[in-house]
Amino acid sequence: MKIKVQKSLAPNLTSQILVPIFAVLASLFFCAIFFALTGKDPIEVYSTMFSGALGSEYGISETFVKMIPLALCGLGVAVAFRMHLWNIGAEGQFYMGACAATWVTLSFPTLPFFLMIPAMIIMGALAGGLWGLLAGWFKVKWQVDEIISTLMMNYIGILWVDFLVYGAWRDPEGKNFPLTAAFPAAAMLPTFGSLRVHYGIFFVFILALIFWVVFKKSKWGYETLVIGSNPIAAKYAGINIRSNVLLAMFISGALCGIAGMVEVSGVVGKLQPGISPGYGYTAIIVAWLARLHPLAIVGVAFLFAVIHVGGFMLQTMGMPSATATMLQGAMLFFVVGSDILTKYEIKFISSKEGEKNE
Amino acid sequence: MNETLLISILAASITAGTPILFAALGELITERSGVTNLGVDGMMLVGAATGFMASVTFHSPWLGVGVALLAGGIMALIHAYLTITLRANQVVSGLALALFGSGLSSYLGKNYVGMRPEQTFEKLAVPYLSNIPIIGPVIFKQDALVYLSYGLVVFVAFYLYKTRAGLFLRALGENPAAVDAVGVNVFGLRYLYVIIGGALAGLGGAYLSLAYAPCWLENMTAGRGWIAVALVIFALWDPWRALVGSYLFGGIDALGFHLQVLGIPVSIFILNMMPYIFTIVVLIFVLIRRGGRLAAPQSLGLPYDREER
Repeated sequence: MKIKVQKSLAPNLTSQILVPIFAVLASLFFCAIFFALTGKDPIEVYSTMFSGALGSEYGISETFVKMIPLALCGLGVAVAFRMHLWNIGAEGQFYMGACAATWVTLSFPTLPFFLMIPAMIIMGALAGGLWGLLAGWFKVKWQVDEIISTLMMNYIGILWVDFLVYGAWRDPEGKNFPLTAAFPAAAMLPTFGSLRVHYGIFFVFILALIFWVVFKKSKWGYETLVIGSNPIAAKYAGINIRSNVLLAMFISGALCGIAGMVEVSGVVGKLQPGISPGYGYTAIIVAWLARLHPLAIVGVAFLFAVIHVGGFMLQTMGMPSATATMLQGAMLFFVVGSDILTKYEIKFISSKEGEKNE
Repeated sequence: MNETLLISILAASITAGTPILFAALGELITERSGVTNLGVDGMMLVGAATGFMASVTFHSPWLGVGVALLAGGIMALIHAYLTITLRANQVVSGLALALFGSGLSSYLGKNYVGMRPEQTFEKLAVPYLSNIPIIGPVIFKQDALVYLSYGLVVFVAFYLYKTRAGLFLRALGENPAAVDAVGVNVFGLRYLYVIIGGALAGLGGAYLSLAYAPCWLENMTAGRGWIAVALVIFALWDPWRALVGSYLFGGIDALGFHLQVLGIPVSIFILNMMPYIFTIVVLIFVLIRRGGRLAAPQSLGLPYDREER
C-alpha cells in the first residue's frame, strides 16, 4: 500500500463538506487551548455558550432573532462574492436599509399594516441597494477597489444614522435619548406569541429559496458564476460585465438593506445607534463558510447566532462578548486554511499498481 | 487664522497621522512583496491592547512598543502561513485576521479599559530645530515615536529604491518566479515582509494607546487600519506619498476637533465622516489622473506556487 497526495481535477463534494466541518471543530479546539492558557475553563466557556443559546425557550428565541439578520446579510454578500466582488459593506447597507424603513414610518405614520410593511421593505431594499450600487458604480466607472469603498461607506452609513437620531429624527418626547419615536403598531412585524422571534424569519427562507432558484436555474445566475470564475472568458462570451457588476452590487446591497428593515421592524421598533453589533461583518464569514450556497448560509447563520448569543452569556463569566468575534475569526482562519485540502486528494494505491506507475 | 492656531492644527495633524503612517508603511512593505493583508485594523488593535497592557504592567512605554511590535508580527505570521504556505485566499484570510484581532484585543484588554498609564510618550522639543518659525514647533516638537516614524520613512524609501535587498523586495511583488530563478527563497522573504508589515501595524496601534489617546478602549482604531490599506493604494506603493497621505488624514482629524473648539456649528457626526468620504474621493481622484491604471505590484494578491511555475 502506498499513499499518494495529488491534485484533484474536479472538486470533490464530500471533502468540500467534511473539510469545513473539521476546520470548525479544529478552531473550537484551538480556542479551547487559548482559553485554558488565559485561565478560563474551556469546558465551562463552551457549555455556558451552548446552554445560553439553546438551553431555554428564551435562548432559542434569541438565537433565531440573531440568525435572521445574519442570514439575510449572508445571502446579500454571497450575491456579490459569487462574482468575486468583495462587498464588505453589508454593515453600512444594513444601516441604510433600517434608516429608509424608519423614514417611511416617520413620514406616513398612519399607513395601514398591509401598505406600511411593503413600503418599508421597498424603501429598505432601495436604500441598501443604492448604497451598494454606488460602490459598484465607482468600480465600473473608475476601477475603485470595492473592498475599500464599501468599507468606508460602512462608517459613513453608521455615522449618518447617528447624525439623524441625535438630530432631526430624535423623538421630542424621548427625554433627550438618541432614539426616534417608537414605530406605530402597523410598522411592526408580528412575533410568535410572547417570544421575540418575529415573522422576519419567513423573509430568510423565501429569499434563500429565490436565491437558490435564480442562481441554479437562470441564465443570469450562470453568467455571474462565469464572471466570478473567469472574467476573460465571460468577456469573450459576450457577457456584459459592467452591468452585471452594477446589478450584483445593487441586489447584494438590497438584501442587506432588507435585513436592516427587518431588524428595526421586527426587533427594535425604532431607529437608534448601534442597531447592528457587526452583523454585516459576521455575515461575510457566514457566506464564506457556507461556500456561498444559500441553504447552507441559513444553516451557518444559525450556528453563528448560537455563538453570538452564547458570547453574550459569557459576560456572566466576566468575559467580553467580543470573545464571540474572536471565535468566529478563528473559525474563518481554519476554514480558509483548510481550503487547500479540498484541492488535493489522498489516493491509496496498492503496491503492485504503484510499481507499475513508477 | 492666527499663527498659533495654524501651528497647533499642523502639529496635531502629524500626531493624528502617525498611527496611520506606521500601519501604512507596514502594509506597503507587505504589498510590495506581493501579499495583500487586509487585517491591518486587527493587527493594530492587538498591538494597541498588548502594548498598553505591557506598558502598564511593567511601567515602561518602550517595553509596550516592543510587545506591540511582537504581537503585530505574530498576528501577521498567521496570515503569512495561511496565504503563503497554504495559498489561501488573501482577501478572506485578511478579513479573518481583522475580525480575530478585534475580538482578541477586546478579550485581552478587558481589564485595562479606562486605565490611565503612569508614563506615556511626552513631547520632546529637538534643540535648535524646534526654534525655526512654524516648521519647528510643527515638526520638531513631537514625541519620540513620531521622530521614529520620520526615520522609518527615510529608511524604507532608501531600502526599497537604493539597496539590493530592496530590489528583491520589489521583484517579489512583480515577478516572484524570476526571484526564485535567481536562487532567492521567495517563501522565506514573503514571510519576512508580511511579519514586518504586521509588526509596524502593531506599532501604529501602540502609538494610539500609548501616545495619542493614551488609554485602551475596545475597537479604538475606529477603522484607521482600513484607512491605512486605502492609503497604500493612493500612495501608489511609495513611502513618501504614504507620509503625505497620512498627514492629510491626520489633518482632517485635527481640523474637525479644532472646528469644534472654535465653536463653529458643524455636526460631529458629519465631521467624523470626513476621513472616510475623503478616502473614497482621493482614491477616485488618483484613479482618474492615472487613467484607471495603478502601478500595483504585478503579482499582488497571487499566491506563489512552484508547481505552476
